[in-house]
Amino acid sequence: MSLTIEEVKKIALLARLALNDDEVQAYSESLSDIFDLAAQMNAVDTTGIEPMAHPQDISQRLREDIVTASDEREKFQSLAPATEAGLYLIPRVIE
Amino acid sequence: MEWETVIGLEIHAQLMTQSKIFSGSSIAYGAEPNTQANVVDLALPGVLPVLNVEAVRMAVKFGLGINAPVSQRSVFARKNYFYPDLPQGYQISQFDLPIVEKGHIDILLDDGGVKCIGITRAHLEQDAGKSLHEDFAGMTGIDLNRAGTPLLEIVSEPDMSNAKEAVAYMKKIHALVQYLEICDGNLQEGSFRCDANVSVRPKGQKELGTRAELKNINSFRFVERAINIEVQRQIDIIEEGGTVVQETRLFDPDKDETRSMRSKEEANDYRYFPDPDLLPVRISDDFIEAIRATLPELPEAKKQRFITRYGLSDYDAEVLTSHRALSDYYDQVARESNQAKLAANWVMGNLSGALNKANLEIKASPISAKQLADMIKRIADNTISGKIAKDVFEAIWQGEGDADGIIEKKGLKQITDTGAIEGMIDEIIANNPQQVEMFRSGKEKILGFFVGQVMKASRGKANPAQVNQLLREKLKG
Repeated sequence: MSLTIEEVKKIALLARLALNDDEVQAYSESLSDIFDLAAQMNAVDTTGIEPMAHPQDISQRLREDIVTASDEREKFQSLAPATEAGLYLIPRVIE
Repeated sequence: MEWETVIGLEIHAQLMTQSKIFSGSSIAYGAEPNTQANVVDLALPGVLPVLNVEAVRMAVKFGLGINAPVSQRSVFARKNYFYPDLPQGYQISQFDLPIVEKGHIDILLDDGGVKCIGITRAHLEQDAGKSLHEDFAGMTGIDLNRAGTPLLEIVSEPDMSNAKEAVAYMKKIHALVQYLEICDGNLQEGSFRCDANVSVRPKGQKELGTRAELKNINSFRFVERAINIEVQRQIDIIEEGGTVVQETRLFDPDKDETRSMRSKEEANDYRYFPDPDLLPVRISDDFIEAIRATLPELPEAKKQRFITRYGLSDYDAEVLTSHRALSDYYDQVARESNQAKLAANWVMGNLSGALNKANLEIKASPISAKQLADMIKRIADNTISGKIAKDVFEAIWQGEGDADGIIEKKGLKQITDTGAIEGMIDEIIANNPQQVEMFRSGKEKILGFFVGQVMKASRGKANPAQVNQLLREKLKG
């Protein structure tokens, strides 16, 4: 299966990747290879097999509902490019 | 052309845990920005989510509350989209294997009928943070305290056919999550939010019309309003020859309109896949049965009990069980006063009115259930009339003590002594010969005047039934 250029551009947009025309071409080929692999696996008869959600056959451990985190805002915000009044500041998002 | 409306609701109920769904941060409301956001909530590299058992327990509780099967195995999935208040770049949610499967709940219709609304599923997910768009010199401020707060998303079938039904359903779920003590139901603080999927189609058509999704409606009144406006908008478009576009719309209560949220247009490709950071959740029968054993009496069962035990109407029972605290209050007043109907009238009438006026919740009522029950006993045994009871009620509300003390102190005891009432009547008849003449010439309505005079003379304390009876006898002459 081969992906169209438009499909690759859409996937790049969803992933917020800026690709130039050469890259779009290259990804269209490598992504198509991945789809071929998926198609190969799709061809396997999996009747009666429970779909796998995780490679390890164990189940989720649960945590007691206890507050264990303390306020480390100052430390985290020392990493941020801009903060004000305890908020992280980012380029304006227009709704 | 006649149109038919189809509505489905997605309700987000914030679960009343102590900590977040995947981290040990507190979810307490109103903290300083970003003081409740740790490494997991900030999605710093290398962190791993660990599921909160209480969130799972609460989801199971909800499943039991809507008679839905609880999945023995459910899976968390990543819902991918970019937004600055979602640092992970994806929301951890559930997709094809939700924790709660198909259930249902009954709503009471305006005409007294009952409609069963299907609940497609309920799943666990994490909330996002908050974006603040004002006051930062062209920048947007991000507060991640809410990021990772546990939510239960409750998805209904498109079973509702008008805004009133949608509100009735939303109220039912609102009551249920509070009975179950899994959500505080606080709409102002956003603990209980609702999105509505709305479409219209020509009456009789089988296929659904194109739907619009109305986002984040945070009051019962707005849900009704937003749906009605959206339905009219869609009908107008179609009748003018246009087509409805599938999109997300925002209700603006100030302008009383819904409007398109264009920014989300191309984001509707969430590319769900199982979250590799989380393993499948397995829930044992023992786990479920232990939760079942802790379930309180649920609204529907309580409503039936109020109808059979207290002889209430369907409507009264519905209103009185709409909130757990209200139902508990009424239950106690009815039991202690042994006057179920009178208790219902007082709780739904004067008490609810006074609480509304003072903007108080039933839990903060200045009059306790016991105090109200004691007062109702005095109405029932004719110590006071219903009219005087309003003054007694007011005095208890003002903290002047209990009914018996107030009746004694203010001398409000009803006059049932026939002689005393007759004395007053005789005097009034003697002083108002004209009115007596009118009554005797057939103007029965004038009786009200005499009743008023007697009540005034007795300062409201004469027994109204007795006054009426004695007046009629004496006026006949």
